Amino acid sequence: MADEQAPRPQVGLFVTCLVDFFRPGIGFASVELLEQAGCQVTVPEAQSCCGQPAYNSGDLADTAGLARQVIENFAAFDYVVAPSGSCAGQIKKYPDLFETGSAWRRRAEDLAGRTYEILSFLDEVMQIEPPRSDFSGRVTYHDSCSGLRQLGIKDQPRRLLSGSPALELNELSESETCCGFGGTFCVKYPDISTRMVNDKTDDILATGAETVLGGDLGCLMNIAGRLKRRGAPVKVRHAVEVLAGHTSEPAIGDEEEAG
Amino acid sequence: MAVAEADFRARARKALSDEDLQSALAKAKGGFVDKRANAILDLPEFEALRERGRQIKDHTLAHLDTYLEQFEGNVTRQGGQVHYALDAESARETILGICRDAAAKQVIKAKTMAGEEVGLNEALEAEFETVESDLGEYIIQLAKEPPSHIIAPAVHKTRAQITELFDHHHHQKSGGPLRETPDLVDEARGVLREKFLGADIGISGANFLVAETGTITLVTNEGNADLSTSLPRVHIAIAGVEKLVPSMREVSSMLRLLARSATGQQITAYTTFITGARRPEDLDGPEELHVVLIDNGRTRMLGDEFREMLRCIRCGACMNHCPVYSAIGGHAYGWVYPGPMGAVLTPMFRGLDSSQDLPNACTLNGRCQSVCPVKIRLPYLIRRLRDQSFEQQITGPFARWAIRTWGWLARRPALYQQLTGLMRPALRLFGRGSARRVPLAGAWTAGRDFPLPSGKGTFQQQWREKRGEKRT
Repeated sequence: MADEQAPRPQVGLFVTCLVDFFRPGIGFASVELLEQAGCQVTVPEAQSCCGQPAYNSGDLADTAGLARQVIENFAAFDYVVAPSGSCAGQIKKYPDLFETGSAWRRRAEDLAGRTYEILSFLDEVMQIEPPRSDFSGRVTYHDSCSGLRQLGIKDQPRRLLSGSPALELNELSESETCCGFGGTFCVKYPDISTRMVNDKTDDILATGAETVLGGDLGCLMNIAGRLKRRGAPVKVRHAVEVLAGHTSEPAIGDEEEAG
Repeated sequence: MAVAEADFRARARKALSDEDLQSALAKAKGGFVDKRANAILDLPEFEALRERGRQIKDHTLAHLDTYLEQFEGNVTRQGGQVHYALDAESARETILGICRDAAAKQVIKAKTMAGEEVGLNEALEAEFETVESDLGEYIIQLAKEPPSHIIAPAVHKTRAQITELFDHHHHQKSGGPLRETPDLVDEARGVLREKFLGADIGISGANFLVAETGTITLVTNEGNADLSTSLPRVHIAIAGVEKLVPSMREVSSMLRLLARSATGQQITAYTTFITGARRPEDLDGPEELHVVLIDNGRTRMLGDEFREMLRCIRCGACMNHCPVYSAIGGHAYGWVYPGPMGAVLTPMFRGLDSSQDLPNACTLNGRCQSVCPVKIRLPYLIRRLRDQSFEQQITGPFARWAIRTWGWLARRPALYQQLTGLMRPALRLFGRGSARRVPLAGAWTAGRDFPLPSGKGTFQQQWREKRGEKRT
């Protein structure tokens, strides 16, 4: 799709700590989609987390430390792409951590301007055609709050998924309501969080969907964990898994085949 | 106030298992959200109006001293009196003093959150027969409870509970059949009518105070504010200093925002403008008019980064759209202001150390900000309170240690990756796919299974392997 003569955009993949640890498949699906879109993908080794847990707990010193690390290690790329709206959103908040006019502030602003969540990057920056896939079945989509409200991600994943003709999308009745994950919130206030994700799974079950898709692993693990606890056989996946055709891998929280 | 800020967790837990409360909340939530959404569909320029609302409030706050003086001058010129109260106690004393000077026996009140904020009812009830005239407020006054919502104070009550309250207080009986809403409303109207007629003092809040004209603006859907402020011989309005707006032109913009954001109405059933005390040629109205302006921490906020919270027009949209509020209701928040706005105002007015749970019990999902008619960055302010909590060591030592240790580790990616690489296989010993229990993850697994790591190693481990293969 990219012009052979034009230099391929250099993309640094910000894997995110959750994807790195819990579900590497999302990282590989992301690399594949970015390469198909004509990007040259690099995964810097020196990365861990965007700093959200510290930032949202009020630990600004550690957040700034992590921010400097990300700024340094992702300085060389045309774009920084993360398979998560909340992590990309966090990187976009880095400038506020540094004094106005400081060199770090300028570098943070520069990084923020180059950082994207993967689905919106593929759709809006690379403007790819919706990938053809033979994924079939009824699905519903959970719009994660940071992506939705901070980054305006709503139509992009739906456009990309429209390349799967056998995929039937049934929207949630409360698609803009938080699932109750909220980072450390889910373990600091487990009763309230469980109640919220229970409401979310009620809504999911009411759509009749066989699969829930979304763009943020934290929310998806929360939803999958509650669905499993309720014994509901609904599968949960990151949207890139469907777009890259990686759906033979067990869904989030599902058992892997023996061997 | 019957409840304190501390022990948010216990109250939240209780609320989650209170079936009456849950059914009342479920009913209320959909109503508010849908009505607001429909009202906004009918007004394409709503976004522009929000921006105007923000500008009006910001402008007024930036020139608050000027507008206060102008307002006071205009009230005084028209036979009224303006009192300033620095804190809750002085607000109560000022109002009690006016009531005593008027040799009052009975007080009728229209709903006022500022009154709730300064604990006015308890003080009044000790000396005067005091009756709330807003139906919701009347219900919770009978139940001896604080409001659980700023515009629908009895939203937590079911019809069955209200039937019981009315049967008990009006007829001294109990166990009667469930009564229909119109029946209950008629009965309250009958009881309250007598109270309006007998009251010496009427107390109201104020939705907006107009500097240019010295006007008090009140909105209700029951008309109770009109009766409360026109029948008794003395009218006292209590309001925060941030209620000022420059002129009637701004009031009309703010009213359009308020009604739609609060109840999804184009305009409330009653909108009352009260300017000055009764003049000799007037047929009715109070002989005395007092406006008690409370500070109670507001001017301190005016000078810091929390100033934008003073834009708040008390519409309740933030709580109506808050998934935490709709799970636990208003009482769990422990003070008069619940939901997202309360998570900012309670720490501001009452201190962060007694209310540190409030800014933490929030997922920062941002829906409150997206519906706020004056664009208050509630999640930002809530997060800033967490910064203060951490800085002032109000955040507990274990939580601080945990987050700092994690931060230290995350800033050493090589070590971090070694450790996570070791943890993965260990975690996978707890089950296949997901685990029902994992050590140290009890908070997660109380209500959810724990999805275990999938694949053959961390992404970074696998990526390194693949790169190695490619190179050879």
